[in-house]
Amino acid sequence: MTTVASPPPLPPPPPGAAAPPLVAEVPLRPAETGVWIAIATISMTFAALTSAMVVRGSAAPDWRHFRLPPLLYVNTVVLLASSAVLEAGRRRRAAGLVRITFGLGFLFVAGQVVAWRQLAAQGLFLATSPSSAFFYVFTALHGLHLLGGLGGLAYVLRRFGTAGRGPAPVAALGAAALYWHFMDVLWLYLLVLLAFRV
Amino acid sequence: MNPPATPAAVTAHHHTPPQGFLRKHVFSLDHKVIGKQYLDLALVAVCTGMLLSWLMRFHLAWPETPIPGLAKLSPNGAAGGVITPEYYLALMTMHGTIMVFFVLTTAPFAGFGNYFLPIHVGAEDMAFPRINMMSFWVTLVAFLVLVSGFFVGDGPPLSGWTAYAPLSAVGKDAGPGQGVGQTLWAVSITLFCVAQLLGALNFITTTLDLRTKGMSLARMPYSTWAWFITSVIGLIAFAVLMPACILLILDRVAGTSFFIPAGLVISDRLQPHAGGSPLLWQHLFWFFGHPEVYIAILPGFGIVSHILPVFARKPLLGPRVLIACLVAIAFLSYTVWGHHMFLSGMNPFSATLFSVPTLIITIPATIVTLLWIGTIYGARLRFTTPALFCLGFVSVFVSGGISGFFLAQPSIDTYLHGTYFVVGHFHFVMGVAAMFGIFAATYFWAPKMFGRMMSETLGKWHFWLTFVGVYCVFMPMHYLGLAGNVRRYSAFTDDYLKPLIPLHRFITIAALFTGAAQLIFLFNLIRSRFRGPRAPDNPWEATSLEWSTTSPPPFDNFGGRPPVVERGPNEYGVGSGARGADYLMQAAAAPPGVH
Repeated sequence: MTTVASPPPLPPPPPGAAAPPLVAEVPLRPAETGVWIAIATISMTFAALTSAMVVRGSAAPDWRHFRLPPLLYVNTVVLLASSAVLEAGRRRRAAGLVRITFGLGFLFVAGQVVAWRQLAAQGLFLATSPSSAFFYVFTALHGLHLLGGLGGLAYVLRRFGTAGRGPAPVAALGAAALYWHFMDVLWLYLLVLLAFRV
Repeated sequence: MNPPATPAAVTAHHHTPPQGFLRKHVFSLDHKVIGKQYLDLALVAVCTGMLLSWLMRFHLAWPETPIPGLAKLSPNGAAGGVITPEYYLALMTMHGTIMVFFVLTTAPFAGFGNYFLPIHVGAEDMAFPRINMMSFWVTLVAFLVLVSGFFVGDGPPLSGWTAYAPLSAVGKDAGPGQGVGQTLWAVSITLFCVAQLLGALNFITTTLDLRTKGMSLARMPYSTWAWFITSVIGLIAFAVLMPACILLILDRVAGTSFFIPAGLVISDRLQPHAGGSPLLWQHLFWFFGHPEVYIAILPGFGIVSHILPVFARKPLLGPRVLIACLVAIAFLSYTVWGHHMFLSGMNPFSATLFSVPTLIITIPATIVTLLWIGTIYGARLRFTTPALFCLGFVSVFVSGGISGFFLAQPSIDTYLHGTYFVVGHFHFVMGVAAMFGIFAATYFWAPKMFGRMMSETLGKWHFWLTFVGVYCVFMPMHYLGLAGNVRRYSAFTDDYLKPLIPLHRFITIAALFTGAAQLIFLFNLIRSRFRGPRAPDNPWEATSLEWSTTSPPPFDNFGGRPPVVERGPNEYGVGSGARGADYLMQAAAAPPGVH
């Protein structure tokens, strides 16, 4: 075993020297990787809930079928439109389009809340039947994840700077868009699942 | 989860050392500080968990003898200092939950992984430092929520760390602690899942995206491989437990019926629920629960595979086989959850379906064990404390693993499942083995983390007392189980159990001594942190990147010069190192510790 004192810290690289490769090459790729991993784990969460719904529904005399509020289909169109706008915004690196997406996303969440109230008006609450329980759990969890996406968009807008004049945060925008599109796909899946099962 | 990880991405690299005390030591973004915070949390948790086990063991051996001071903690649960059956179950629940979640998951995975994974791959920090910090603080809140159960309502829940429904779902009719305590439990575990998902997100992204030049996946140290694979397991497992806990909370507070069947009468009261499936909870829980076993033990596999070659001065045997086995274990861990449910009344054909992969998963585990034994075969082993704990790990893992072969058979498990045989089995294979991995890692990496060497003399005393102690505690449990000694009983009053009480007293005395031996470790850890001899950069003559930097590493790990990696971590016994050293460092520069 050697017992040599630690050497003094290395001096900082001289100015003008080539930046260390790690820092220069991959400053922003992790954001997208992170979103892909988040997509994997969120998918797993909803897969678990789906299997729970299948198991719970398969032997349940108390399962009460009900029609989904038609408003959900309007909300779906709003969400799909928001995704299309965001994709255009990503390609053109336009802060204005991201802002519209933000508004549409907010509108979707508001629409979901209205749909909840319509169900409640029919007497369908969280504890009324396992079908309504799963409906509320699925839509609430999706809504929460979407709010996370809105947080991401807000961050992107802040990075754009005031009045959208700063340089476009390309990687952050790409990652936020990827996540937002996934929210679409997840919602379409949930809509089909709920339309057929509840 | 708050997935668009973008906020942290920008700060991933260019952050400068923080100045204020809070930013430096409390709300730090530095993965090294966060790693140490996790380890400190695990230390507090393991002391708590061990105290609980002492209380249980004492009560099992001398059920009538009051325990001084306990009545103050729980006037109802231990009136006059004597533990009631309900309070015994509460202690058991908290012991299991604290140990599995806040010790065996936080220490080997979140703690050491946080500190060393970025250094091992040559990164300055984790990919998302803010998410990393959030992960720790959410874990801490989860821990505080859990232990607050001791001080509210009727005390902690008594449904076990597995929280089987409907007992866990119906509320306070089910017994003391099943009111507020059980709700706190479910909230705590939900938070813990969120924290671990955030952590796994960071581990995976860092491994994939932040490796330094030359650090291919194949050149990563085995401990980092294990942390990476463990994160992938966690990413899936915690993503299932989290929604399960949410459904449990809804059953408890919102009147839903996910897990509570119709017509259930508890404490003479008809429960206002209908049609739920208690088995659904078991499936969701064990789909997480069995992979959780590997979340606890795979980092130990990695740590042992990392440390053994250092002290054997030989390359690890079959490194690619090791990685393949770890991946196989990770995959198979998702196919065996039903072996925890052989007694649930499942169809015997289903039981066979779960029994076969359970036996298959022993194959990669056995291969890994043989790789370790092959590595030390013919080696001139340096018997340092970390090496001893690695050997101890192999020993207890084999001892605990062998009883797993019996339990994997549904017909034998039917007899043994409710007995101490299972208690002995999982404490050896998951608890003690993982603890030995934690000890090995602590003795091995403390010089790097604190810049101070731990005492070898005290370390060896700690090892031998612990090693003999755990065998005295857990080996007899297998005999108790074969003799039909049921578990979860707070006292043994049946005629057939009374002759077994002397053996229980032996176990209790051994547990008290083994626990007390941990004070040696605690003393060694605290003393060396402040007064141990200064550690050189590479005290163990090891190859991986953490030994190429100072002890402890600077804020950005490598002093502004990311290392360039030229080879894998397995170059021991090569005889061609600098100045006659028998090893080659992974980084290109000459090893700073060798002169």
